[in-house]
Amino acid sequence: MPMDYEAVIGLEVHAQMLTESKIFCGCSTKFGAPPNTQTCQICIGMPGVLPVLNRKALEFAVRTGLATNCTISQYSRFARKNYFYPDLPKGYQISQYELPICEHGHIDIIADGERKRIGITRIHMEEDAGKNIHEGNGSYSFVDLNRAGVPLMEIVSEPDIRTPKEASEYMRKLRGLLRSLGVCDGNMEQGSLRCDANVSIRPVGSTGLGVKVEMKNINSFRFVEKALEYEIKRQLRTLEEGGKIVQETRLWDPSSGKTQSMRTKEEAHDYRYFPEPDLVPLVADREWIDDIQASLPELPDAKRERFISDYALSEYDAELLISERATADWFEETVKAGGPPKAAANWMIGDLTRLLNEENRTIEECPMRPVRLAEMIRLIEEGIISGKIAKTVFEEMYRTGKDAEQIVKEKGLTQISDSGELEKTVEEIVAKHPKEVGRFRGGDEKLIGFFVGQVMKATRGKANPQMVNELLRKKLAE
Amino acid sequence: MNMKIDVEHIAHLARLGLTEEETAKFSPQLTSILLYVEKLNELDTTGVEPTSHVLTLDNVMRDDALRPSLVTAEALMNAPERAEGFYRVPKIIE
Repeated sequence: MPMDYEAVIGLEVHAQMLTESKIFCGCSTKFGAPPNTQTCQICIGMPGVLPVLNRKALEFAVRTGLATNCTISQYSRFARKNYFYPDLPKGYQISQYELPICEHGHIDIIADGERKRIGITRIHMEEDAGKNIHEGNGSYSFVDLNRAGVPLMEIVSEPDIRTPKEASEYMRKLRGLLRSLGVCDGNMEQGSLRCDANVSIRPVGSTGLGVKVEMKNINSFRFVEKALEYEIKRQLRTLEEGGKIVQETRLWDPSSGKTQSMRTKEEAHDYRYFPEPDLVPLVADREWIDDIQASLPELPDAKRERFISDYALSEYDAELLISERATADWFEETVKAGGPPKAAANWMIGDLTRLLNEENRTIEECPMRPVRLAEMIRLIEEGIISGKIAKTVFEEMYRTGKDAEQIVKEKGLTQISDSGELEKTVEEIVAKHPKEVGRFRGGDEKLIGFFVGQVMKATRGKANPQMVNELLRKKLAE
Repeated sequence: MNMKIDVEHIAHLARLGLTEEETAKFSPQLTSILLYVEKLNELDTTGVEPTSHVLTLDNVMRDDALRPSLVTAEALMNAPERAEGFYRVPKIIE
């Protein structure tokens, strides 16, 4: 992006709440059932029925609000959002408009190595719509209403996000939080977590907002970044070419990697919200909210602070480890098994993350147990293997699930700390490179690295580097 | 006050097809209805809390428990068209 423009991004994240039954009726929320087998008079909008709020849905929304530093509204109510679409059986969606359940919160993310606070405007509850299926070239669409009435939370951020990377970090952090709260499974492929992104650009230094474009239904971290990158470039190009940005809704198409305007012919949103007469208002029950507060697990911010103070980790490392509860647990198990925190963190953030990413695995699917990492670090500390060899051992542990000692033994990777054996190698290397020896003795001290490298190569990385260093210096000083 | 109503717009939002005669007929009718309701503005409502519900009920909820759903055939019974367990509708162009 040219230096003189910045992007202003806000995200609306829809999270499906992990309830057994729908938000206003007793139908199942289970994913993947045959079409129209999980519907009843209430969720398909028969006349004369009365929706009743699922207490668990309210609890989950409050839980999320408390965990994101929101104020829980003293008085809250539902509203009807009116529009026609085949997947919306009643002709309106029950949502919240004025007086949502939670407001004015925030969560922190790490962006460019620094902590950044993203404001949360509001969290409200609503029902999901059904699903439309379009048949190739036929003249029909097909509607499955199983999803109609499934409870959603819409979490609306402030326009505090400036880059596509920050947007995906925010989503990642939010997903981790929702999962650790047990309010959403975060399954993006099944649509349990999806987001709409609002994006505009403005000259750096300006505080006004440009014309915003809304992008719908983004369902992966990668797509959030890609869609935003594409859209920001498109807007910049439009301005550079002297064009104007039109307020519109665009759809991200993952297969072409582009955003496309949804028919602009579509009328301006005129939802005619009004208070839902079928549902009575919600009045905050202090005691109940306090109970929910007390039942919250350790929250990411508190965990980060504890990791920094108890384990002397950097803020950056701590943030990476706490983003998912399973990752934080894995780390703490390693430490409990005797692994030194800093080293454990480094191995997890570096090699472990890399190996997991290569196979697209989550840490829950990691074939290696935390205790194995702790054992391996002990071998390094005791000088049995070098840090370099440890990389090989680590990968082998990950692939086979074997413990470090066994691998070291089987592969003969034990570090050579026998000074007699090493001395012999050092002498050979020195004898082989008279020119370099001369230069070193002439004052080119940097060449020590060359000699260490040669010895390591000759021992296939097994030499104790500290000993090699000492022996070499002694030999070269002769 | 200005009570001019965009009858065409409202009819479109409600997916009603009105003839020109109907539009001309409904426009003054809707206006007079609104003017009638407008009378409420003459009341002094200082100190009266706005309300959206007339019942003195709040926090009515149910437990998160499953109840039997309709069998598919029953759920689809009123649908003008159906196919293989789905409601069938004219193609939605996206």
